Amino acid sequence: MPNATYIALIPLLPLAGFLMLGIFGRKYFKNTSGIIGTTLLLVSTVLALYTAYGYFFEYGKVDGIYQKLVPLKYTWLQFSEGVSIDMGIILDPISAMMLVVVTFISLMVHIYSLGYMKGDERFPVYYAFLGLFTFSMLGLVVSSNIFQIYIFWELVGVSSFLLIGYYYDKPSAVAACKKAFIVTRFADVGFLIGILILSFHSGTLDFNTLIATLTSPETAGYKSAAAASFIGVSALTWGLALVFIGGAGKSAMFPLHIWLPDAMEGPTPVSALIHAATMVVAGVFLVARLFPVFAISSPNALSLVGYVGAISALIAALIACTQTDIKRVLAYSTMSQIGYMMFALGVSKYGGEDGLGFTASMFHLFTHAMFKALLFLGAGAVIHYIHSNEMKDMGGLRKYLPITHITFLIACLAIAGVPPFAGFFSKEEILLAAYEHNPTIYWIALITSGLTAFYMFRLYFNIFWNKEAHVHGEHKGEGGFAMMMPLVLLAVGAAVAGFIPFGHFVSSDGKRLETAFHLQFSIAPVALGLAGIFIAMWMYKTENNKPDKFAASLSGLYKATYHKFYIDEIYTFITKKIIFNLIGRPAAWIDKNIVDGLVNATGNGTKDISEIIKGFQSGKVQQYAIYFLVSVIGLALLFIYWWK
Amino acid sequence: MIEPGLYHMLFISTTLFFIGVYGFFTRRNLVTMLMSVELILNSVNLNFIAFNKYLWYDKMDGLFFTIFIIAIAAAEAAVAIAIIINLYRSHKSIDVENAEDLKY
Repeated sequence: MPNATYIALIPLLPLAGFLMLGIFGRKYFKNTSGIIGTTLLLVSTVLALYTAYGYFFEYGKVDGIYQKLVPLKYTWLQFSEGVSIDMGIILDPISAMMLVVVTFISLMVHIYSLGYMKGDERFPVYYAFLGLFTFSMLGLVVSSNIFQIYIFWELVGVSSFLLIGYYYDKPSAVAACKKAFIVTRFADVGFLIGILILSFHSGTLDFNTLIATLTSPETAGYKSAAAASFIGVSALTWGLALVFIGGAGKSAMFPLHIWLPDAMEGPTPVSALIHAATMVVAGVFLVARLFPVFAISSPNALSLVGYVGAISALIAALIACTQTDIKRVLAYSTMSQIGYMMFALGVSKYGGEDGLGFTASMFHLFTHAMFKALLFLGAGAVIHYIHSNEMKDMGGLRKYLPITHITFLIACLAIAGVPPFAGFFSKEEILLAAYEHNPTIYWIALITSGLTAFYMFRLYFNIFWNKEAHVHGEHKGEGGFAMMMPLVLLAVGAAVAGFIPFGHFVSSDGKRLETAFHLQFSIAPVALGLAGIFIAMWMYKTENNKPDKFAASLSGLYKATYHKFYIDEIYTFITKKIIFNLIGRPAAWIDKNIVDGLVNATGNGTKDISEIIKGFQSGKVQQYAIYFLVSVIGLALLFIYWWK
Repeated sequence: MIEPGLYHMLFISTTLFFIGVYGFFTRRNLVTMLMSVELILNSVNLNFIAFNKYLWYDKMDGLFFTIFIIAIAAAEAAVAIAIIINLYRSHKSIDVENAEDLKY
């Protein structure tokens, strides 16, 4: 059995770092905070690798099936028999994999930030926030209880908010962090309601029990969840769909993706860690965690996941083709790739060969974390050098940033799905899974993969080729060892991660899944990818007016994609014009006139009445005597003539 | 010479009562007002005596009541005069208008 102390230390060490640097950092660790945070995380990473190794190769497998182990479970809040909020650790293939991904990427970002954030005024605070984020994300992936995952889910949201708004003196960063927080919170309401529906019917909050209850049709929980319905859809489907809304909010799925591009206001390493590699895949992870319930009990909810993922993938890829801010291109690319993971889950079934989508999704999550973190860190190095996010300020940088250039190229090839880089393998599996189960999604995915290659190489050629570099000001070089080392390590990961036989470790039912390689099947996506690369090369390798002409010939479509399909405008319209006018203003009116009116009326009424009766209490003894006499006479008359 | 009856007694007590009420309402001097109160109390006493004598002459309740009232009136006069003296000390006057300040 695994040693629970070691596993518990994995999230707790970053927490210790957060507390230490957050409380004492500014006073005592002004310059050493980066080293402290990085060291703690290095220990976490080693422990995570050790745990994953132990799980996958030593104790995780029983009779050829990976078990869901719960090495630690501490009852935190007991509500009633069987219903409690626990703080626990669950070890299964996906959580073991996520532990490695999160700690590794986080470690890379910690090291990279040593160079990137050097000299920043709030260096300790930055590392404290990174520690908080890493703690929450690790807590999220090992959660054994659906409410525990919700708690960490919100903690992740908070740390994302803090890090997006890190440059709090920049109004756009402040707006972006508020937007991210509000949009994801809005989605989390769905998640919470979903949790309540699922746990109400299954009578438990524990993941293993909940999944077991909701996947076997003879249990009472399953029967009540399937029987109860609302607008013709069963409670089970509603619960899962609402949980998925929470996941879609965090994972920036259409139409809740609007916060992700704006979140690029944060420091670039943060974008690499949170908004590319780890936090945004929390939604995918959540669906994967509840995957047996989705796949066995509610195919409708699962196909919702599939279509939302596919639409997001396509829309994001289209928008990414026209953006000029390099971090925004990468943000839309992230959204597109997460769309891939989502629809891979959506087309998957539970168990056996049909569970290929699940494996492919997790595989893509793994490889995507590598190459997308690499892309962001590379973009960070470029921004560090150029001091601008805009493509038009760049060009010809391959001579000045050789290491960044090579690693960035590897990442681009990986994301474009060129063999033998990592993205090729995971994307092939996803496309294969989609091809077998849902042709519509397959075609969308195929188009998207061509677009992916195009926009990534548009980015690549615009940064490193195109016009001659006109670098001015002081040259700081590539940012030193601290910044280059993570790039190289991640590039190695992006290059070779595809050769991991992922199906042996991660599959929907824990059994070993052989992922065959189909040569004839890979021809179409690879050809499309290469075509995208060559078109991008033709258009952007040298400075010319082809892109402008091309944009002009597609005027309407180009404008729509350049403005991100006006989704932000639609949101503004809905909130400002419709919600504010139809709900906000009437509510404000009711509050001002009726609620406040009642309170004011009580006060004013009392005041007016007291104004009237105040005159009686004059302090004149003789006046009192007259009142007394008159009342006595009145009472006497009353008793004599009317009372009888 | 007419033997005085119940009605005569009641007439006198009513007269005394209204003289007392009139004095209580119209005088400004607190001592005069106190005297008017005494008049009202005595008119009540007279009523008790009269009813006792003419209607229930075999009983003594009315007489006892009267004695109680006289005792209470004496105590009340002592309290009232104490208040009036204090008022005089602070306001240099025993006008009832000045007693309005007690309200605050």
